[in-house]
Amino acid sequence: MAALLVAAVCVAFSIGAYPVAPGELAGLLAAKLGLGSAAVAPAVETVIWDIRGPRVLTAMLVGAGLAASGAAYQGLFRNPLVSPDILGVSSGAALGAVLGIFASLPVLAIQGMAFAGGLLAVGVVLAVASAIRGRDPVLVLVLGGVVIGALLGSGVALLKYLADPYNQLPAITFWLLGSLSAVNRGDLAALVPPVAVALLPLVLLRWRLDVMTLGDEEATALGVPVRVVRIVVIVAATLMTAAAVSVSGIVGWVGLLVPHLARLMVGPAFVRLLPTAVLLGAAYLLAVDTLARSLGPVELPLGVLTALIGTPVFLWLLAFGKRGWS
Amino acid sequence: MSARLSVEDLAFGYGERVVGAGVGFAVAAGEVLCLLGPNGGGKTTLFKTLLGLLPPRGGRVRVDGEDTAGWSPRRRALAFGYVPQAGAGQFPFTVREMVLMGRTAHRGAFSAPAASDHAAAEAALERLGIGHLAERDWLRISGGERQMALIARALAQAPRVLVLDEPTASLDFGNQVRVLEQVRRLADGEGGEGLTVVFSTHHPEQAFAIADRVALLHGGRLARFGTPDEVITAAMMREVYGTEVEVVAVGADGMRVCLPVGLKRPG
Repeated sequence: MAALLVAAVCVAFSIGAYPVAPGELAGLLAAKLGLGSAAVAPAVETVIWDIRGPRVLTAMLVGAGLAASGAAYQGLFRNPLVSPDILGVSSGAALGAVLGIFASLPVLAIQGMAFAGGLLAVGVVLAVASAIRGRDPVLVLVLGGVVIGALLGSGVALLKYLADPYNQLPAITFWLLGSLSAVNRGDLAALVPPVAVALLPLVLLRWRLDVMTLGDEEATALGVPVRVVRIVVIVAATLMTAAAVSVSGIVGWVGLLVPHLARLMVGPAFVRLLPTAVLLGAAYLLAVDTLARSLGPVELPLGVLTALIGTPVFLWLLAFGKRGWS
Repeated sequence: MSARLSVEDLAFGYGERVVGAGVGFAVAAGEVLCLLGPNGGGKTTLFKTLLGLLPPRGGRVRVDGEDTAGWSPRRRALAFGYVPQAGAGQFPFTVREMVLMGRTAHRGAFSAPAASDHAAAEAALERLGIGHLAERDWLRISGGERQMALIARALAQAPRVLVLDEPTASLDFGNQVRVLEQVRRLADGEGGEGLTVVFSTHHPEQAFAIADRVALLHGGRLARFGTPDEVITAAMMREVYGTEVEVVAVGADGMRVCLPVGLKRPG
C-alpha cells in the first residue's frame, strides 16, 4: 500500500508542464535535509516547492482525511453505505464554506464555517433519525441525510444567486465543483493541523470502534461508554471532512469508496482498516487529481471525476452489496 | 451461601412507562436461574435493567452485596456477561476477533489487547469447543455457531454473572441441547467456582433440565420464584399461559416436560 502511494507520488510529479523525475525530487529533498547539494535547476525547484509539491501533499491529505472519516462513520453507523456525503456532512460543510466565501472571510474562518456547517448538518440528520422510530434506522438515516442535504443545497443555490457575479460567483462555482488547482502552501498549512488533530482520537479509539459496530446495547454490555465515544468520533470525523472540503471543495465519493475497498483488502478491524484507508485514500485522490490536470487541455474539476468513478461503484454496492460487501 | 446476584423490589420500564415492579429474587454462585413468562411479560426489559442498559425505575440490583447503581459501563461489564439473542454485528469480523471483543472492559480505552487478552479469548473458544471456527467470517457461520461464539465472548469477559436472552431461540433441536449443556457446565464450573447464570426461554422443560431456580414473570410481576418443581406446575402454567398443560415425567430418569394438552386438532 505504501509502495502504491510512493508510485502515485512519483507519477504525479513527473506529469505536467514541467515534468519532474523521481531522481530530481529525491535530490531536492536530500538537499533540503542537508544531505549533499541541490543538483536541480531553480525552475524545477520552484515547481516542486511552490506548485506541484503543495498540490500533491494536499491531494494526499484530502484523500486520507475523507477516507479516514468515511471509515469512522461506516463503523459508527454500522453501515457500509454511509459516508460524509450521505450523512449531509459534505453539504453542510459546503454551505458553511460558501457562506464564508460570500462574506469574503480568510481561509481559516472558511474552514471554521465549514466545520460548524458539517457538524450542524450531521447533528440535524441524527436528531431526525432518532425522532423517527419504528422504521429501518439505516434507511431513515440515509434518507434524512439526503433530505437535509437537499435543503442545504438550496441554501448554497440561494447564496450563488445573491453572490457578486464577477468576483464571488466564479469562486463559489469553482469551489463547488471540487478542485485543487489553486492550492498553495497556505492551504496546505491550514489543512495539516485539523487532519492531524482529528486523526488522533480515531487512532487511539481504534479498538473501541470495532466494538461500536455491534450496536449500542452490545457495546455498552461489553463496557464501552457509547455516548462519549460516539460524540468524540463524530466530532473528529466531521472536523476532518470539513477541513478537507474547505480546501478542496466538494470531492464526493472518496469517503464511501475507499473505506469499502480497504475493508475488502484487510477486513473490518479498525486497527488495520484505518491505516489502509488512509494510504489508499491518499493514493486514490492523488491519482485522480493527476488525471484531472493531465487528461485534457483544460483541467477537469476533481469532484466531477470522483463522481464519474464513484457513482457506478455505489450502484454496484447497492445492487450486490447486502451481504456480498463483506 | 450468600447471594451472588440479588434483586430487591425492582421496578423496570422504558422511559416513563413502567413495565414491571416489585420483583425480587436472589441467586447464588454456581446456580442457574431460568426466567419464564409469556410474551410481553417483561423478561427482556428486566434483563436490560439487570445489565444496566435501562435505569431501574425503583429498587436495587446487587452483585455480591454491592449496589450496581451508578456503575460505569466498564465496571458492569466486569460483573455481567451478556449474550444477546442474535448478535447485531454486521461487519465481517472473524470469530476470534469477535470473541476478543469480550476483553474490552479489561483494558484501557486506548490500549491494544495484551497477550493475556488473546489467551483468554483462545481459552473461551476452546472451552466451548469452537476453536476450529476461530478464523471463520462472523457473517458466514450458522446460527448455532454464532450463539456458541457469543457465549465464548461473554466467557472471555470473565464475568461473575452470565445473562443469556433466549439463547435457544431460532436454533435447531440439536443446537438447543448443545447450548443448554454448555450453560449448565459453565454454572458448575470446571474445578473452579461456577458462574451464576440467568437465562430466559419459552420452553419450561429447559428449566427442568438445567435450572436450579425458576422465576415466572407475568404481567410485570413475579408470579412465583423457586425450584423448577415448585414453580412449574400444571395449575401455574395454566394461570400464566392461559392454556391447559400437563407436567409429565418421561424416560428412565423421570425428566419432566410440559405438554400442551389443550392443543388438539379441530374435529
